[in-house]
Amino acid sequence: MSILDSKVPEGPIKDKWTKHKNDINLVNPANKRHIDIIVVGTGLAGGSAAASLAEMGYNVKAFAYQDSPRRAHSIAAQGGINAAKNYQNDGDSNYRLFYDTVKGGDYRSREANVYRLAEVSGNIIDQCVAQGVPFAREYGGLLDNRSFGGVLVSRTFYAKGQTGQQLLLGAYSAMNRQIGKGKITMYNRHEMLDLVKIDGKARGIIARDLVTGKIEKHSAHAVVIASGGYGNVFFLSTNAMGSNATAAWKIHKKGAFFANPCYTQIHPTCIPRSGDHQSKLTLMSESLRNDGRIWVPKHMKDVEAIRAGKLKPTEIEEENRDYYLERRYPAFGNLVPRDVASRAAKERCDAGYGVNATGEAVYLDFKSAINRYGNEKAHVLGIHNPSDAKIIELGEGVIEAKYGNLFQMYEKIVDQNPYKTPMMIYPAVHYTMGGIWVDYNLMTTVPGCYAIGEANFSDHGANRLGASALMQGLADGYFVLPYTIGDYLSNEIRTGEIPTDSKEFNDAEKEVSDRLEKLVNIKGTKSVDYFHKKLGLIMWNNAGMARNATELKEAIDKIKAIREEFWKDVRVSGSTNSFNPELVKAGRVADFLELGELFARDALDRNESCGGHFREESVELDGEQKGEAKRDDVNYKYVAAWEFTGEPSEAILHKEELEFNDIELKQRSYK
Amino acid sequence: MKSSISRKILMALSGFFLMFFLLQHLSINILSVISPDMFNEVSHFMGYNPIIQFIMQPILIFGLLFHLIMGMYLEYQNNKARIKKYVNNKPNTNSPWVSRNMIISGITVLAFLILHMSDFWAHEMNYKYIAGSPEDPTRYWEELHHEMGEMSHLIIYTIANIFLALHLLHGFQSSFQSVGFNNNKYTPTLKKLGNVYAILIPLGFIFIAFFHFFTQSH
Amino acid sequence: MSEKKDMDLTLKIWRQKDAQDKGQMVNYPVKSISPDSSFLEMLDVLNEDLVNKGDEPVAFDHDCREGICGMCSLYINGEAHGPDRKVTTCQLHMRKFKDGDTITIEPWRANAFPVLKDLVVDRSSFDRIQQAGGFISVNTSGNTQDANAIPISKIDADNAMDAATCIGCGACVATCKNASAMLFVSAKVAQFSLLPQGKVERKERVLNMVHQMDLEGFGNCTNTGACEVECPKGISLENIAIMNTEYLKASISKKA
Repeated sequence: MSILDSKVPEGPIKDKWTKHKNDINLVNPANKRHIDIIVVGTGLAGGSAAASLAEMGYNVKAFAYQDSPRRAHSIAAQGGINAAKNYQNDGDSNYRLFYDTVKGGDYRSREANVYRLAEVSGNIIDQCVAQGVPFAREYGGLLDNRSFGGVLVSRTFYAKGQTGQQLLLGAYSAMNRQIGKGKITMYNRHEMLDLVKIDGKARGIIARDLVTGKIEKHSAHAVVIASGGYGNVFFLSTNAMGSNATAAWKIHKKGAFFANPCYTQIHPTCIPRSGDHQSKLTLMSESLRNDGRIWVPKHMKDVEAIRAGKLKPTEIEEENRDYYLERRYPAFGNLVPRDVASRAAKERCDAGYGVNATGEAVYLDFKSAINRYGNEKAHVLGIHNPSDAKIIELGEGVIEAKYGNLFQMYEKIVDQNPYKTPMMIYPAVHYTMGGIWVDYNLMTTVPGCYAIGEANFSDHGANRLGASALMQGLADGYFVLPYTIGDYLSNEIRTGEIPTDSKEFNDAEKEVSDRLEKLVNIKGTKSVDYFHKKLGLIMWNNAGMARNATELKEAIDKIKAIREEFWKDVRVSGSTNSFNPELVKAGRVADFLELGELFARDALDRNESCGGHFREESVELDGEQKGEAKRDDVNYKYVAAWEFTGEPSEAILHKEELEFNDIELKQRSYK
Repeated sequence: MKSSISRKILMALSGFFLMFFLLQHLSINILSVISPDMFNEVSHFMGYNPIIQFIMQPILIFGLLFHLIMGMYLEYQNNKARIKKYVNNKPNTNSPWVSRNMIISGITVLAFLILHMSDFWAHEMNYKYIAGSPEDPTRYWEELHHEMGEMSHLIIYTIANIFLALHLLHGFQSSFQSVGFNNNKYTPTLKKLGNVYAILIPLGFIFIAFFHFFTQSH
Repeated sequence: MSEKKDMDLTLKIWRQKDAQDKGQMVNYPVKSISPDSSFLEMLDVLNEDLVNKGDEPVAFDHDCREGICGMCSLYINGEAHGPDRKVTTCQLHMRKFKDGDTITIEPWRANAFPVLKDLVVDRSSFDRIQQAGGFISVNTSGNTQDANAIPISKIDADNAMDAATCIGCGACVATCKNASAMLFVSAKVAQFSLLPQGKVERKERVLNMVHQMDLEGFGNCTNTGACEVECPKGISLENIAIMNTEYLKASISKKA
């Protein structure tokens, strides 16, 4: 029997959440005024949670490392947010959204959590519209939807290519209202550096003011971690430069189990790397796959000619192109889930068909969409026998209306016109499904410490579907945590204000200060980025899109070695008591150097291919699915929750067996 | 008056008022080119009609003073909003010179106004209220004609009107923006109209000055 | 990708130890910059050099590096976000410069944006303006009316979206000769005034936000239009006109 208690309520899946809300304890409004909650991170999850908790009457302290809560990286989400509204009358329902999410996650998520997510998805849209989020609308004034990879309905709501921005600004505005009322105290440019536990319960955090360098002690009756994912362990990812795992890693070291760290999403449509100077990768919304067709040349001679600059992609005839997604997955074609699309791109590039100098790029071509839309538009405008030039002009207009800002962004970065020549794309690390283990109430294994949004592990299994991250972040923050946190806090109404001069606070404070002092006093010879890049390279090569036991073991050893070198030879300029971005970076990289090791350990343990985790040892050997990922439900149908013991890779594995009562386990097929 | 937007709107409203006055001023002055008699008649009416003298004239003075003082106050405030300046700044890449230098064009026009008032308005006040000279409905054209006979006046008038044009080139469309009129359907036309106004009005005054200078009998 | 060769450049950068320090421009040479790198990646190269030499790297704000978070700033060669249009500094690429160029890099300058260190400024005044009224007062609830209950014309929704695109970077203030924040404030006011949900509180909103804007020490708007030109998201001056009208209506009908 596992020590993990998921606290999933009894009863039929569609009644669990309602029943749970009826059963759990509540805190009366007068008592809420005496309860403090710390929220770390102000993205969709943290921002919406902070606002909702403050509205309910709790005293919230919110922390962000950016200069304003509005800048959290949720802002960069482009494509959209899913909700089972069935506005398009295409047969969508809560069950279908639930089903798609579990299936898309390759049956490695907790059923009850996912069903709840689908259940509240509709409320999110209502709430956001009420807040003034300007979702795209149709001419009749009703909300518009688009379709996204891995599903057969149109349930994605969007605001141009800036859905994340608009939703985040919605949450930010809700926060602002509470900040104005004094119910949220906002700590901008602050970074959480440790969790403080008293008698086993989370009682506060140690944070550093990034402007003055001052170490601060903050107490609360509950601590909510909403600090996002750890994609930057790969150095190059689509995450923001500052996105980090420090808060999550600190609570892991204080007793919160870390679940499925190896589940990483590699997003198929990013702008390829152009050189060593690259500091981050830029994502192009997956919605582009609605209209773009992905291909590489069929013949090696064409590939070589393209790389030599002797041939343009537009000069390659249709019959000499390999639309490999359409070829391999006729049912879903270019709209297969992200992990499948990414691996297929890697497969082609590994086979030598990559179309740029680095050999790591495939084409995303809009020519047929431009023609199709051009013809449609000409028909609408009543133009008979339009010329080819006219069709292209009209078609480009339609494409511009749909994706104009993305095309513009591509052109700014790559200096090529994607209307005239196919885009080049390549997969990049984008999202981490793994994260802090939480129960149905979103509480970690540390009582009083919660994890929400990308920081937790719960809803996406081994692979996340497009437009589901925004949904989960807001579901957790607006509609789940505000209810479930009361169950714990109802026992805290007599605690009173928690003093910060206790031994536990002072010890934690000292530990944090000592570590910072240590970092600036190593005075080694290599920059923080040097180590980060080195770590990233190992992660990408040994624990990236395809993994095997030998390389993973090698990764563990190498990461250990880099970590040792880091603590001997890193050079951090400046002091601890000033605005010092290098020191901040150093602290984060030090944590990545530990997390990376656990990541590889988890990937090594999971000798099956599921979702974003692909083990070369586990593929289908024959039949229609030959060469595709092979899941092993007999041996690996569990959540791997790791307990920290001192050395990252020597963490203890706790298994939460997953039960599927409402969905039949099937091998995913998008063929 | 308390907020930046109220001040901005009042700037625009006083601007509208002054622009209307300019139009009216030019319309009367242009008569001096067409017919001395007509000019005398209208000037006399303007000079002795009590509504114009005791209501409109003070309003005009007030409007002018308001526009002027508020303009300078805003300039002072705006300067204060950025005490530390840029080492390298290229405002020409994003905004026209006229829009950024209303204070320069404004003060130049003000300097001219002082001269202009002493030429005509002070003379009028003296004639009517201090010296108490008798009404003479035929003197205006002669006086104007005489005043414009000097080369120095002609040059000053021309320069001042060029600055007035610069002021109006921004002021006209800016006033509409300030009171909230900006509309992708009408604004382009309005801007063109503004440019026509900003050039024609000062050009009209310059033309009148030239006309009188070159038709002198000396 | 670009065929151009790597570049050597001279950077003149504002260095200032902390908020109290006087600060000064300092020259730094950088070598072998790829034209395909972004402006901030070029600064990364400089900083890596400085760290290796044992100097303190140049502090600058940046985060998403894809032009949406609004964290990056920089007044480059006399222009907010540099010479390119409709991009933030993180999306400005070095191919816009030539080998041998001297580039001046300064922080945003405005009293309401005090410098914290080097090129980093404090833009919390923007947050305080939003806190004064940049929201619609609805609590989180699972019982708000259905999202499709109020149809909103596509044109209004699209215009509201265009206004809502503001990333709060502060380029409008930085570039305005008066350091005015009108474009930033108007974007929010216009967004909500165009949507039925925002109409309920429209009067209080505009009065409160403008009041806070004035308290923060931003200059007055003189309609030069520079903000619109330098705005990386192309927020239109039309929003300022909308705010002026909203303000006029609100102040006539309501006691502030």
